[in-house]
Amino acid sequence: MIKVTFIEHDGTERSVEAVDGNSLMLAAVSNDVPGIDADCGGCCSCGTCHVYVNEEWLDKLKPMDDDEEDMLDMVDDRRSNSRLACQITVRESLDGLVVTTPEFQF
Amino acid sequence: MADTADTPAAAAESDRKPSKWSMVGKNPRNMPLEDIDPSHPGIWEANEHLPFLARLREEAPVHYCRHSAVGPYWSIMKHSDIMAVDTSPAIYSSEPTIGIVDILPEFDAPSFIAMDPPRHNAQRKVVQPVVAPENLKKLSGTIRRRAAGILDELPVEEEFDWVERVSIDLTTRMLATLFDFPFEDRYKLTYWSDMATAIPGGGVAESYEHRWRAMRECLTCFTELRNERINKPPGNDLLSMLAHGEATRDMPPMEFLGNILLLVVGGNDTTRNSISGGVLALNRFPDEYEKLRRDPSLIPNMVSEIIRWQTPLAYMRRTAKVDTELRGQRISAGDKVVMWYASGNRDPEMFERPDDFRIDRSNARRHVSFGFGIHRCMGNRLAELQLRILWEEILKRFHRVEVTGEPKRVYSSFINGYTELPVVLHPL
Repeated sequence: MIKVTFIEHDGTERSVEAVDGNSLMLAAVSNDVPGIDADCGGCCSCGTCHVYVNEEWLDKLKPMDDDEEDMLDMVDDRRSNSRLACQITVRESLDGLVVTTPEFQF
Repeated sequence: MADTADTPAAAAESDRKPSKWSMVGKNPRNMPLEDIDPSHPGIWEANEHLPFLARLREEAPVHYCRHSAVGPYWSIMKHSDIMAVDTSPAIYSSEPTIGIVDILPEFDAPSFIAMDPPRHNAQRKVVQPVVAPENLKKLSGTIRRRAAGILDELPVEEEFDWVERVSIDLTTRMLATLFDFPFEDRYKLTYWSDMATAIPGGGVAESYEHRWRAMRECLTCFTELRNERINKPPGNDLLSMLAHGEATRDMPPMEFLGNILLLVVGGNDTTRNSISGGVLALNRFPDEYEKLRRDPSLIPNMVSEIIRWQTPLAYMRRTAKVDTELRGQRISAGDKVVMWYASGNRDPEMFERPDDFRIDRSNARRHVSFGFGIHRCMGNRLAELQLRILWEEILKRFHRVEVTGEPKRVYSSFINGYTELPVVLHPL
């Protein structure tokens, strides 16, 4: 079982079970985690599953491709640890992953 | 949303005499597929467009129209194909224009909606903060006061035009606020917006020259305002951002005009027609109105459903950069490719009973009205905020906004909206 934790902008924490091979976005949406809109359904084309990845997990993620870079270029309040949750594939190695959701998706 | 000289759909007519291209009154199920031309504005004005879109979606989802008033073009009808085209800017370019009519060089006013990366990204980033969530939080009080002010002035139990009194007034006030435009002159913004997308001879603009005079007047006015802002410290309005932004401060005049018009049309026509469309939809589907009255917490989802059902911009055009293939059709470099958002939003493969208006539709947010990918509507959150606040304020005051006559629709296959919507208000 892989556990991932979403922290809302106000500090509310939710830990959910994620399915190996699915996206982190899907783990949020299928567990009713608020703060992730995912308007495009997960194809890296709306920027509304923006998350801040807790620093210690950053280098465990696969680096982002150009499409994700382009979409993140458009989001509000981008930080060095910004990623799109639909582009993060959940694996055993990410058990315990912690991300924070922004106050607004844009 | 549109850049200037090209935005209206089929524009080749010089006046409103019956056009040989018009499909009004024809049976879409009883004509050769290749003769179907959804770009002609007649069927949109006559509200006969949907059956034509449906036939293409079912029988020719990637459709080539060889002969039209605007030349040959491809139509992309299905939700999934629209997503594919919209997210492939390296294959389907936004240059030179996103309107179906090619631009005459003398009327070329470029803007970032009609640019590919990297120029698009650099220019968009300059003005995006004005509609970013943090700024919207500050604006929401103003929006609510303005909405309340407009609603409180309306006559009750007496017929009036919702488009003029509410849809236009609210969006124009908002736009004046975003630009910090002289408030008493705000009607000019509506005029320029309507002219920018008008089809010469279609009723609003008499000719290309007439439209162009209005655009030049718009440029003069905004240039004066920009020059004032340059000499002041950077502010939080769109004009000040353009005046001070590194990627935008040295823009040549025509490009400045293009970006101003993009923001004026984008912030005006679209929300205006969603405001009108919501009233119409709730009247066409009275059970949904009842549902809304029982549970106002459905408003945010209803807002997405309104934007899906209405699809205030019917299409965006791309131009193939390379030879490519889509659904077995071979598209050649240089071909016009039109993504019919108004069709994708009625695709039964994505939306169950797509012609129904359902305020609690679970996947309403998957609509393509904002587009997807790097050109996704920049003002989407502002549009949603305006609609949400307006409906909250309407429900506080009125039992029903009753549509009392047939709406009049815009003569355009780009602007999918209304010029008139007669209503009567029934207070709580």
